[in-house]
Amino acid sequence: MSTTTPSSVPATDASPGTGSVNPSDPSADEIATLARAVTGAVDLDDAAWRRYLHGLPGVDRVGADARAATLGTRSIKTTSKAWALDTIIRMVDLTTLEGADTAGKVRSLAAKAVRPEPDDPSCPSAAAVCVYNDLVPVAVEALAGTGVKVAAVSTAFPSGRASRAVRLADTADAVQAGADEIDMVIDRGAFLSGRYAQVFDDIVAVREACHADGRDAHLKVILETGELVTYDNVRRASWLAMLAGADFIKTSTGKISPAATLPVTVVMLEAVRDFRAATGRQVGVKPAGGIRTSKDAIKYLVAVNETVGEDWLDPDWFRFGASSLLNDVLMQRQKLSTGAYSGPDYVTVD
Amino acid sequence: MSPFEYAPAPESRAIVDIASSYGLFIDGEFTPSSDGSSFKTVNPATEEVLAEVAEATDEDVERAVKAARRAQQKLWGPMPGSERAKYLFRIARLLAERAREFAVLETLDNGKPIRESRDVDVPTAAAHFFYYAGWADKLDHAGFGPSPRPHGVAAQVIPWNFPLLMLAWKIAPALATGNTVVLKPAETTPLTALLFADLLRQAELPPGVVNIVTGARATGAALVGHPDVDKIAFTGSTPVGKRIAREVAGTHKHVTLELGGKAANIVFDDAPIDQAIEGIVNGIFFNQGQVCCAGSRLLVQESVAEELVERLKSRLGTLRVGDPMDKNTDVGAINSAQQLARITELTDAGTAEGATRWSPECELPSSGYWFAPTLFTGVSAAHRIAREEIFGPVLSVLTFRTPQEAVTKANATPYGLSAGIWTEKGSRILWMADRLRAGVVWSNTFNRFDPTSPFGGYKESGYGREGGRHGLAPYLIEGSSF
Repeated sequence: MSTTTPSSVPATDASPGTGSVNPSDPSADEIATLARAVTGAVDLDDAAWRRYLHGLPGVDRVGADARAATLGTRSIKTTSKAWALDTIIRMVDLTTLEGADTAGKVRSLAAKAVRPEPDDPSCPSAAAVCVYNDLVPVAVEALAGTGVKVAAVSTAFPSGRASRAVRLADTADAVQAGADEIDMVIDRGAFLSGRYAQVFDDIVAVREACHADGRDAHLKVILETGELVTYDNVRRASWLAMLAGADFIKTSTGKISPAATLPVTVVMLEAVRDFRAATGRQVGVKPAGGIRTSKDAIKYLVAVNETVGEDWLDPDWFRFGASSLLNDVLMQRQKLSTGAYSGPDYVTVD
Repeated sequence: MSPFEYAPAPESRAIVDIASSYGLFIDGEFTPSSDGSSFKTVNPATEEVLAEVAEATDEDVERAVKAARRAQQKLWGPMPGSERAKYLFRIARLLAERAREFAVLETLDNGKPIRESRDVDVPTAAAHFFYYAGWADKLDHAGFGPSPRPHGVAAQVIPWNFPLLMLAWKIAPALATGNTVVLKPAETTPLTALLFADLLRQAELPPGVVNIVTGARATGAALVGHPDVDKIAFTGSTPVGKRIAREVAGTHKHVTLELGGKAANIVFDDAPIDQAIEGIVNGIFFNQGQVCCAGSRLLVQESVAEELVERLKSRLGTLRVGDPMDKNTDVGAINSAQQLARITELTDAGTAEGATRWSPECELPSSGYWFAPTLFTGVSAAHRIAREEIFGPVLSVLTFRTPQEAVTKANATPYGLSAGIWTEKGSRILWMADRLRAGVVWSNTFNRFDPTSPFGGYKESGYGREGGRHGLAPYLIEGSSF
């Protein structure tokens, strides 16, 4: 538990609760300095990481599942439901990650993200469109000037099984093409075999690539929790990623089952809460994959509200990686305003 | 103010018809009390009178015991266990089918949040009937010798904190073993027991097998003191339990008592901290802390005490206190003005004795009986709030340094109903559990109830076990053959 005591950490530039962005983006050196201060290790080798990460408080699976189940019983109605539905739309990273993706598909998705409900100007835009690397230019062009971000899955997504050089080149490519956000995968093989330093260095290096040439692409680090399996691993990987400078920690690629679950997301929310308390730096959370209904998405918002509070109730700090979720939210939104279900013929299919 | 304020989500009370007055349930019929006397039961969240309920006199108790005796001798005792099981399964199914009705009524009469009555009280009550239905035809193989026999008529007196669940804990094993029942619900919460009587008629349980006599202390005393009851099962306060034990000493009556508690919830420095926080909250704020096994003494390893208390406070800030019928309420109303007065008196004593009192900011309704979740730090073992059962949403935080000290402090109480251990070290859990003098020891959880698990106390928390195979024992006379 002592790991969350702020006293051992040098003062950083952000103070908790101030809102939207961390004031400055630390350099690789500053990241390493912070990591050394938090872990208390001079050399950030595997042994040091092991000592630190395995010293984090454990997560009891039964208790974590029970907590998530209780949060899932909240009944969100009327005005609070309306607010939740609009907020979910604003938090969606509208995603298409298929081998069959084309420019046409991406343009169609981009149009949907900008105006999810063409007949209703009060309906907000989605947060971002999330595509494979080679389609970033199409998305950038389609979304120019709309405020909707372009996110690219990078680093040999989804497996990440490529050399670091290839993964960095992949990232540089997407950043050069104008991606606002990079969703990278960690090397789960390295993590599971205890090569924590390698995972850390990977993330730091990808982060550097995000900032190359004066660019400032936000870095989301995918833990692929379905392959990490235990909640203890999820907590450790969360801290490792945050200490390596992640702007967001993300549950899953969507290519592995289970993808996002509510208990895993709660564990990650607890991690970002404790990380901010320890370092002053706020990190976002993105559950991705498997969230298909408004009802499910609202449970995640409740979890955010009751675990980390209103500071995270914003697309800058919480996202949903989803494709089919948006249409369900739109149907619920119509139901709330008209009192009747419209059905799938009354939302656009992209 | 958070942008995400939950709009009111009240459960509808339309599902339950509350009559303006209720009679006693004796020999399969609802009848007024012999002298026509009655008392009112109120909704503790609003002080609204819900119904007039008949108050059973000595004469009514006499009638009820007679009906139970007749049913036991003529019908229920001789009936094969496999037939008794059918009735119990039917009761369990009906309880599950009518769950929402029971949950709403429980919340209205008791003040507990609908989330708890819906998700814990009613399903667990149904589970108890399902569980003991399964035993009814297997008693020869339950470890009580060949052909164990029922005592006869069981007099059962239950408390107001889990009115329906305590009824299930009492009635299910009694019926499974061939006993018949006269049950007295608590004065402030009689309604779900009376709805249960209605359910028994729906289940076509033969008249007299279960009789429900409502009333206050005098009714309970008449029932316990009745010369023709064979077995007494009481759940309630330690003083009343002691009085019962004294009264039946030297008679033929068998007694089990489930009394008060002052449980230690012990948190080590290697505990899964976020789940421990939830366990602490569930341990003391579940059912407004009106739980005999509540984790009312938090023993924290000193090295993490400060951090844990900070985390706990921030968690308590998210508890939703208010209308028990709202589906998002976490903490409801205190059951009665009398109980509220007791909680208030003890917490005032805590402040007067020098402990530091803290409550999250929360707005309490203006009518009804309410008490904000409360935390005391700087508590010494000598303080009244560390020794006496408060039976309210009040947690006393104490510290320890070593496992041995934790055991010693946890055991330093006249009670011994339950305890909790929070650590990631399995061997320590076993070491602690061997040494804690408490009937239930939870590890990395708290306030979990399961029909398959025996529940009961050490020391002044009473004797006898309810639940599991062990819960059959108090209702059976061991068989033997020569």
